[in-house]
Amino acid sequence: MLDIQGVSLEIEGDRGTEILKNISLKFYDKKIYVVTGPNGGGKSSLAKIIMGVYNPTSGKILLEGQDITYLSITERARLGIGYAFQSPPRFKGIKVKDLLKMAASYNPEKVNICDLLYNVGLCAQDYLDRDVDSSLSGGEMKRIEIATVLARNLKVAVFDEPEAGIDLWSFQKLAETFKNINQQYDTTIIIISHQERIMELADEIIIMSNGTISAQSERDIILAGILNTDDCLCSTKCAKGVGQNAECIG
Amino acid sequence: MLNALDKLMLEKVADLHEIPQGAFNIRKNGHGVQRNTTANIDIITKQDKSGIDVIVKPYTKGESVHIPVIVTEDNINDVVYNTFEIGEYSDVEIIAGCGIHNCGDHKSQHDGIHTFYVRKGAKLKYVEKHYGQGDGKGQRVLNPKTVIEAEAGAIVELELIQIKGIDRTNRETDIKLMGNAKLVVTERLLTYLDQEAESSINVELLGADSSAQIISRSVAQDNSKQVFYFDLAGKNKCRGHIQCDAIIMHNAVVLSTPRISAYHSEAQLVHEAAIGRIESEQLIKLMSLGFSEKEAEDTILNGFLK
Repeated sequence: MLDIQGVSLEIEGDRGTEILKNISLKFYDKKIYVVTGPNGGGKSSLAKIIMGVYNPTSGKILLEGQDITYLSITERARLGIGYAFQSPPRFKGIKVKDLLKMAASYNPEKVNICDLLYNVGLCAQDYLDRDVDSSLSGGEMKRIEIATVLARNLKVAVFDEPEAGIDLWSFQKLAETFKNINQQYDTTIIIISHQERIMELADEIIIMSNGTISAQSERDIILAGILNTDDCLCSTKCAKGVGQNAECIG
Repeated sequence: MLNALDKLMLEKVADLHEIPQGAFNIRKNGHGVQRNTTANIDIITKQDKSGIDVIVKPYTKGESVHIPVIVTEDNINDVVYNTFEIGEYSDVEIIAGCGIHNCGDHKSQHDGIHTFYVRKGAKLKYVEKHYGQGDGKGQRVLNPKTVIEAEAGAIVELELIQIKGIDRTNRETDIKLMGNAKLVVTERLLTYLDQEAESSINVELLGADSSAQIISRSVAQDNSKQVFYFDLAGKNKCRGHIQCDAIIMHNAVVLSTPRISAYHSEAQLVHEAAIGRIESEQLIKLMSLGFSEKEAEDTILNGFLK
């Protein structure tokens, strides 16, 4: 179990001050969680706090009872935490197969790198020898990023908006893949997403806004609430930025 | 004869574990020590100055020439003039390289002046690796000059690699391309400590439909300094692209001057130049896979210089 206890964060980021206010959450083993809510609400900051990219200003983080609050990114990775970036970095001179091999290097089970690419909707033959550089599109980068997390045997996997750049067919495949790793490795999966179809995978949905948790409950209860919210003038029945494959800026 | 140190140097600069197959000429401390020629490739000692003529017969396919130079003594100042005649429609690989092992307190220097005539339709791959080691105070200095004339339809691929151990280098590369000739230059450079490296690559695209691509990647660490000049001059209908990237670390200095000059309305020339440190996102990504910060940094640099 990943236990976040009263975590607060105040940090000057690229998009202004990023804030988490006294967040407490328990992520139980083998469950799938979707964290949603308006942009700027603190979702990505939460993901980065879990991976150790940011250190909390106050509060504690426990993984299976072990205090990991001040452990480095590397130490957390070796304890079984993984994180798929929202905007994955590119590497000049490193091939897709090299990156996936690096990702799989701590997995005691033999990982088939071709299957990993297939699971994210990419043809291994076409991609293994490509460089992970600017020759790949944003969507291709996102899929490879997801594959690097799938390559690992994780206790907790955090995916930051994995759906961006993924087409419909691959989306179905991705959804199945999330279910599979959840079952195969007993991984707790935390997905930051605006997508209703991703939310349908969730055991529980957490809504974050203004750095706090505004709602947390079983999937069906939250989804029903979101879909019935009628606070905008558009004819689609959705909350702003939630439930539809639409980008919003606020 | 070659001793264990010589063999190590040969491995570093020419990937040679044994005496190579095919044509070769091994030069040690200013003198030729071993040579082999083949039916298609001749190597002749120059009479008027120090150096060799390598003559590849027309239509020679799939052969290679190794011409490594090793310097294992200090106080050596070796200047060598090598000329290469690459016959029409041949396809060969030439592996040059210089390894300096200097344990003494005096400078060891090797200046290789290489002139290539790549004849009509010929294909040449030229690899030049530099490597230095030794714990003496004596500087290890290499100043290579490479001049290439590529005739119509010739294809020239250059790999210029200097990864470690050379204190001072001043590399000059001048290339002329005739009609339909094609050039790809890949340069890889790593400097550290107080090393200084200067590289100047000048390409003249003289013939119609000639093309040139220069891809330079370098890493500057510690207090080292790198200076690059690239000049692509399009004097006919041609295409040219310079792409130079440097990763800068510590207190290093990198000066990069890419220049494109068009003397013809159908010359299409592009340059891209970037200098920057390793992106923190790259480090975080690899650390999130379980790498330590040092391992992540090494992995990024190794990939970049590959």
